[in-house]
Amino acid sequence: MGSVCQLLLLIMLTGVLPLSVIADEPIFPRARGERCVEPVGIMRRAHFEFLNHHGQQTVERGIRTGRHSLAGCIGCHAARDQNADWIPVSAPGQFCESCHSYAAVRIDCFSCHRAVPEADRVMGN
Amino acid sequence: MAAGDTSTLPRREFLGRASALAGLVVSFAPGMRLIDLAAAKPDGEAASAEVRWGMLVDATRCVSGCDACVKACATEHGLEMTDRPEIDAQWIRKVDLIDENTGREISLPVMCQHCEDAPCVAVCPTGASFRREDGIVLVNKHTCIGCRYCMMACPYKARSFIHINLVGQRTHSPRGKGTVESCTFCVHRVDRDREPACVEACTAAGHQALLFGDLSDNEGELAHRLSEVQTQQLRSDLGTNPGVHYHGL
Amino acid sequence: MNDTDYHVAPAQGFWVFVLILVTIVIAALWAAHQMDTAGHAITGMNNQVVWGLPHVFAVFLILCASGALNPASLSTVFGRTRYAPIARLSGVFAICLLVGGLVVLVLDLGRPDRLQVAITTYNFRSIFAWNVLGYTGFIVIVGVYLACFMDNAPRGAVKAAGYVAFAWRVLLTSGTGAIFGFLVAREGYDAAILVPLFVAISFALGTAFFLIGLVLSFRWSGQVPDSEVLKKLGRLLAIFVLVVLYLVAVQTLTSLYSGRQRGVVEFLLFSGGVYPVLFWLGQVGLGSILPLMLLYSRRSRGCASILTASVLVLVGGLCQLYVLIIGGQVYPLRIFPGYRASSSFFDGVVTYYVPSLWEVLLGVGGVAMAVLLCLVAMRILPLLPRALPLKPGTLVRDP
Repeated sequence: MGSVCQLLLLIMLTGVLPLSVIADEPIFPRARGERCVEPVGIMRRAHFEFLNHHGQQTVERGIRTGRHSLAGCIGCHAARDQNADWIPVSAPGQFCESCHSYAAVRIDCFSCHRAVPEADRVMGN
Repeated sequence: MAAGDTSTLPRREFLGRASALAGLVVSFAPGMRLIDLAAAKPDGEAASAEVRWGMLVDATRCVSGCDACVKACATEHGLEMTDRPEIDAQWIRKVDLIDENTGREISLPVMCQHCEDAPCVAVCPTGASFRREDGIVLVNKHTCIGCRYCMMACPYKARSFIHINLVGQRTHSPRGKGTVESCTFCVHRVDRDREPACVEACTAAGHQALLFGDLSDNEGELAHRLSEVQTQQLRSDLGTNPGVHYHGL
Repeated sequence: MNDTDYHVAPAQGFWVFVLILVTIVIAALWAAHQMDTAGHAITGMNNQVVWGLPHVFAVFLILCASGALNPASLSTVFGRTRYAPIARLSGVFAICLLVGGLVVLVLDLGRPDRLQVAITTYNFRSIFAWNVLGYTGFIVIVGVYLACFMDNAPRGAVKAAGYVAFAWRVLLTSGTGAIFGFLVAREGYDAAILVPLFVAISFALGTAFFLIGLVLSFRWSGQVPDSEVLKKLGRLLAIFVLVVLYLVAVQTLTSLYSGRQRGVVEFLLFSGGVYPVLFWLGQVGLGSILPLMLLYSRRSRGCASILTASVLVLVGGLCQLYVLIIGGQVYPLRIFPGYRASSSFFDGVVTYYVPSLWEVLLGVGGVAMAVLLCLVAMRILPLLPRALPLKPGTLVRDP
């Protein structure tokens, strides 16, 4: 291949790749409420630690802080559909699922945990 | 009431009226807490071994055909009855008994007995079935692999396995396919100073056959009642030392 | 051992056998997948009968596995050198059978995706947890034992590995029996005798499976196994069957006598419908009396009768495990002695269990997996000893 072709190839690859990354970034409905209980950066890295570790503490020792509860997340982050029904956060394009499918990490929570708010636990509206 | 105080009611009459009042209060205040204040656990604090939760089932007050406790438990935890009772999760069930010799009939509820030396805790290979410090026996569904060995081991057949995909769980009662579960003494309520749903419902139905409380609290109502009436534990010969006691068997 | 030549199994028929077995295994995996996605509701198992046909097959394969190690142990631990040439086959069969059994067990879990939790998190008060460690340890130890054979390790090493493997195998099988024997909850279990009973069953089933495997694999490679070896193993099989029969008789008579466990024994032996049929016809008749007649009869001592006896013992073993595991669960728990109980949770009544197609596929698939692994192992590794002398009755040369 000539050097022109190689240059074209280089431009395509460096040009296309960033675009593909931007195109794939997870999109999900905006949360209600002012801010999350933790900064975004911390939440992205450590949310599993909060949920898992604190969940084990709650189950095994009965320590209920509420700050890092799964139901708390869902209370702010769940969205409604056109009929004003709650959409499960594990549904495609919703809060939990969109990042998890982007990162290709399976979520095990919602085979057991409720994925929509219950009437007395909604934040905002 | 001092015995020599002539301006007050005689002790016997006072006690009689006080008990009647207490009985009225208990009958008409279903949400009233029967758990001692001293045993209340603040959020953020771990369950303590100073408490041992237990229950007294008064079979003489339990009515055959009434299933208020069963229905309340099902509502509280989102248990659904399907057309296949053999695979339905039943955390509490009403059992009708007939004495083989005398023909006497009894009705009573059976649920997880929250044993001190629980066979289900001993046999669980991963330790998912465990006993909390305050005596409540639970399944940690994060760790349960669904082997059902605890179901084989329970002498009271208290455990259920979830055979189907579940949706619409209650927030405070996560449960899912492939894991094992049983009565939790409504641990989410107990941790917030309320009593189990079955006890509340039985009181609301006017029977008051269920009494929940702290077995370790000698001043508490449960320990007091247990010291007054004849009670027994189911299959006490097995040495499991259940937290549930039965009167009238 | 050093003087015996070993070769791999021949190519003829290998791919046909593999194709058939792989099909069965795929069907089993598909059945497991159905159970995993739809839940156990599609099976015959329920809250009363929590362990069904897959567990019967799994326990069957696990017991066969520990018993299949017998010929190797006979040569190393008990000094019977005539079994030395077939010790490799013995070790490989043991590992393959155990893997087959474990696959069935794991696939029947409610959360098979949590296998990693099962093998890393242990509650050491649980006999089940000890069994999990025992199974994985068995594979490693027998693997080391085999490696000692096949790499011509020094005799001391072989002996050490052989002793450890034998002790491990007895402990493991005792643990499998204790899984049931330690349960106070159910009348059909709660018995210390289940521990030695399971060890005895493993001796019988393992020897039977090994005999079948030995004859078939030799025939596959165009050879005839030494008739002395066959005869001796057949005699051993007969003794093991007698021991099992004896322990079953002791357990049954004790339970019938004492009254505490009379109800369940009367149910399983007389009034329980399919269970007495399986017990008397399957376990006692086909699985014990008929094989004993075949093995001890003066007329027939040839390969055919030993083979038939082995197959019958395996059938009888399956029946026995079915009666034990499932029969013990359908019988109601005695929570209220002295009362007749009834409830929505099947208290006081005998419950029903009918295995579903998925469970049959899963169970049979485990057997197919074990046999498949044996075939592949025989094709890859030199396990089959060279053709033995044509004169029957000649002893194998002392290594």
